[in-house]
Amino acid sequence: MARVLVAMSGGVDSSVAAALVAEAGHEVVGVWMRVHEGADAYSELKKSCCSADAAEDARRVAAQLDVPFYVLNLEREFEAGVIRPFLAAYLGGETPSPCVDCNSTVKFGALLGRARRLYGCDAVATGHYARRETVADADGRPVHRLRRGVDRAKDQAYFLYGLRQDQLAHAWFPLGELTKAEVRDLARARGLATAEKPESMEICFVPTGDPRDALRARTGWLPVEGPAIDARDGRVVGSHAGAAGYTVGQRRGLGLALGEPRYVSRVDPGANTIVLARRADLETRRFALADVTFVAGRPPGAEGGPFAARAQVRHRAEAVAAEVRPVGAPGSAASGRDGRWVVDTQVPVWAAAPGQACVLYDADDPDLVIGGGRIVRDDG
Amino acid sequence: MAIYLDHAATTPLRHEALEAMLPYLGGAFGNPSSAHSFGRAARNALDEAHERLATSLGGSAREIVVTSGGTEANNLAIKGAAWAGKARGHRLVMSAVEHHAVGHAMRHLEKFGFEVVEVPVDRDGVVDPDELDAALDDRTILVSVMLANNEVGTIQPIREIAERVRARRGVLFHVDAVQAAPTLDLDVRELGADLVTISAHKFEGPKGVGALWIRRGTQLLAQVHGGSQERHRRAGTENVAGAVGMAVAYECACADRPTTAIRLRALRARLAAACLAVDGVEITGHPAERLPGLLSLRVRGADGVAISVALDLDGIAASTGSACSTGSPEPSHVLTAMGYTDAEALGALRLSMGRSTTDAEVGEACLVVPRVIAEIRDGSAAQAADPLGVRLGA
Repeated sequence: MARVLVAMSGGVDSSVAAALVAEAGHEVVGVWMRVHEGADAYSELKKSCCSADAAEDARRVAAQLDVPFYVLNLEREFEAGVIRPFLAAYLGGETPSPCVDCNSTVKFGALLGRARRLYGCDAVATGHYARRETVADADGRPVHRLRRGVDRAKDQAYFLYGLRQDQLAHAWFPLGELTKAEVRDLARARGLATAEKPESMEICFVPTGDPRDALRARTGWLPVEGPAIDARDGRVVGSHAGAAGYTVGQRRGLGLALGEPRYVSRVDPGANTIVLARRADLETRRFALADVTFVAGRPPGAEGGPFAARAQVRHRAEAVAAEVRPVGAPGSAASGRDGRWVVDTQVPVWAAAPGQACVLYDADDPDLVIGGGRIVRDDG
Repeated sequence: MAIYLDHAATTPLRHEALEAMLPYLGGAFGNPSSAHSFGRAARNALDEAHERLATSLGGSAREIVVTSGGTEANNLAIKGAAWAGKARGHRLVMSAVEHHAVGHAMRHLEKFGFEVVEVPVDRDGVVDPDELDAALDDRTILVSVMLANNEVGTIQPIREIAERVRARRGVLFHVDAVQAAPTLDLDVRELGADLVTISAHKFEGPKGVGALWIRRGTQLLAQVHGGSQERHRRAGTENVAGAVGMAVAYECACADRPTTAIRLRALRARLAAACLAVDGVEITGHPAERLPGLLSLRVRGADGVAISVALDLDGIAASTGSACSTGSPEPSHVLTAMGYTDAEALGALRLSMGRSTTDAEVGEACLVVPRVIAEIRDGSAAQAADPLGVRLGA
C-alpha cells in the first residue's frame, strides 16, 4: 500500500480515478487545486462561483470514498507555469498550450513536488486518459513510457508529452485502460456525486471562454484595430480587432466576407497585422520544433540523429508519418533536448500553429509517445 | 482515533448539554409563541435558558437575545447599533484583529456611508487603549474590540478600553467574547461593555446558537424582521433546544473554568516546550496575556497549510489559524496586522486544547507535532527552492 495524492477536479474522471486508487488498496489523499482566484473574495455581488462548486463536488466524492480531502492553493505556481506563458504566447502571436504546461509544471511539477516533499505521497494520480508503463532498458534499468489512452476519442497523452522520467516515475493514470463510457458506468455503479456531471472543455482560468478577456484583465492589453492582409497578394482585405487576439487557423470571428473562407495564417502583434489565407494555404509538410523533450530522456535516433515518427500538431489532429531530424550536426550544441528539430511529414498537416505543441509518437507503435516540442515559426 | 487539537474552531457537545436538549428535540417540540400547553412548555424552557445564561454572564434575562450563533450576534450588535446611531454619527471603530464576523459586517456598512476606522495592534496583537481613544471623535457611534483573539489568543485590555469609550457620550462598546467565553472569567457588567457576543459551540454547547447580551436601555435596530420574538430584537421561531443546550453548557463551563484553565495552561506549556525545541518555531501573540489552551505558532520558512495537512494525515487535527478550508491564498489578517509579512504569516499553526483534551493526547502530540513541523519545514525549503518540480529526482 502506498500513499497516493489524487488530483480531484470535481469532474467525473478524477472522481473515478480516486475511487480506483482507493479500491486498489492505497491510501488516497484527495486534493483540489485552487489555481486561480475563485469566488471567495469578499464580495456579495460576485456571482461566479464555478470553481468553488467544483471544489465542493470533489469534496463530496472524497467523502463518499471516505478519503481525506484538502484544497491546496497553487495560484502562484499556476501563474508562473501556465498563465504567464499563455499570455506571452498570445502577445507574441503564438498559440499557447496551457494544458501541456499545467501537466508539466503544476500537476506533475508543483503538486507532485508537494506530494513527495510535504505529504509523504509516492505518486500523483489524475483522471487523464493516458497510460504509463514501465519497461527495462538494455541494462535492466526501469524506463517509464507514456501511451495514449485506450479510448482514442478521449485520449489525453498529447497533453502529457512533456513529462520527464522523474515525473512519470510518480505518475499514475488509473483511467488509461478505460473508455469514457466505462468511467461513467463505474461512477454510476458507485453512486458518485459527479457521475452525471457534464464535460467541461473551456480553459479553466478563462471563465468567459474568450482569451482576449484574460489578456485585457491580466496584461492590460488594449486591442487596436489593424489591417488583415491577404496571404497571396499582400493586399489589405479587411481589418482586425487587435492582432494578439487571434490564433493561426482561426476562421470564426474574422467578420469578413471574401467568398472563399479565409483563415488566419499568421499573427504579428508587433506590426499589429494578421495574415489571412485560403484553407489550402495553411497546409505544410515541414515545420520546426523548439524546446523538444523526449519521454525517455534522449532522442530515439542513432547518436541523436534523425528518426521516423508520427507527428500530431494539435490535440484533435491526426498523427501523420514524419521524419524528424535535428537542426545542426547530431550531438552538437544546436541539437538535442533543448535544440531545434525539423519535422518533415509525408502528407501535409493543416495549421501547424507556432507555439502549439507537436507531439511525436512511435512510427511502429502509434500509441507510444516519444516526445514533442513547440512549433516555431518557419522564419523563427 | 484522531487527536483533536482545534478547540478554538469548535468543541464537542458536552453530555450535560445534550441531555438537557433532548426533550426539546423530542416530545417537547412546541413553538414558544403558541398559547397552548405545548407552547407554554417550550416558552418556559426558553425563558429559563435566558435566565440561566443571564445569571452566568452577570446580566439579566431580558438583556439576552439568542441568535443563530456568534456571527449573527456580532452582525446584530454592529449593524443594529450602527443603524440605531446613524442620527448621531457615522464612525465605527474596531481593532485590526477582529473576527470577520465583525470586520466584514463593518465593511458592509461602509457601503452605506459609515466610516470604519481600524485601530492597529502591536507585535503581540494588543490594542493600545490610548491609540483607540485617539480614533474616537464626536461622530463615533460604536467601538468593537474582541476580548480574546481566535487566531493567536491574545487578550485585549478591555477594561482600559471600556474606560476610554465610556468617557465619550453616546458611543456604544461591543465586545466579541466568542473565543474568550470558554476559558476566561466573564462578567458583562464588569467588562464595561454595552454589547457582548458569545457562541455556544465554543464552550461545548451546540452549533447554530449564540447570544448577544444587550445592556438595558441600549438602542439597537433589529436585523431580522418578522415576529416579535426575543423582545422584537430577533424575529423567527426560537431554537429552543439550542438555547437550553447553550445555557447548560455555559453554566458547566463557568463551574469548570478555574480548574480547566489551570489544566490547559499546563498542557499548553508542555506542548509549547516540545514545539519550541524545533529550530525555526516561535510563538505568536502575547506571551502572558493569552488564552490558556491556545498555542499559536509560526514556523519560519514553512507552509502552515502543509503542516496542518500533514498533521491531519498523522491523526492530529489542528489548523493554520481560522477554520478555513477554501485554499485562500490570503495570509491571516491577524498576523499581518501584528506586523508579520505575508510570507511570515503563511507559516502559522494553531493548536488549541479544550476541557476534554487529555494528558495522554497532549503527550502523543508532543511526539508527533515537533516531528511533523521539522519534516514540513525541510520539505517546504525544498519546495520553495524548486516550486515547479523541475528537480524532483527519482
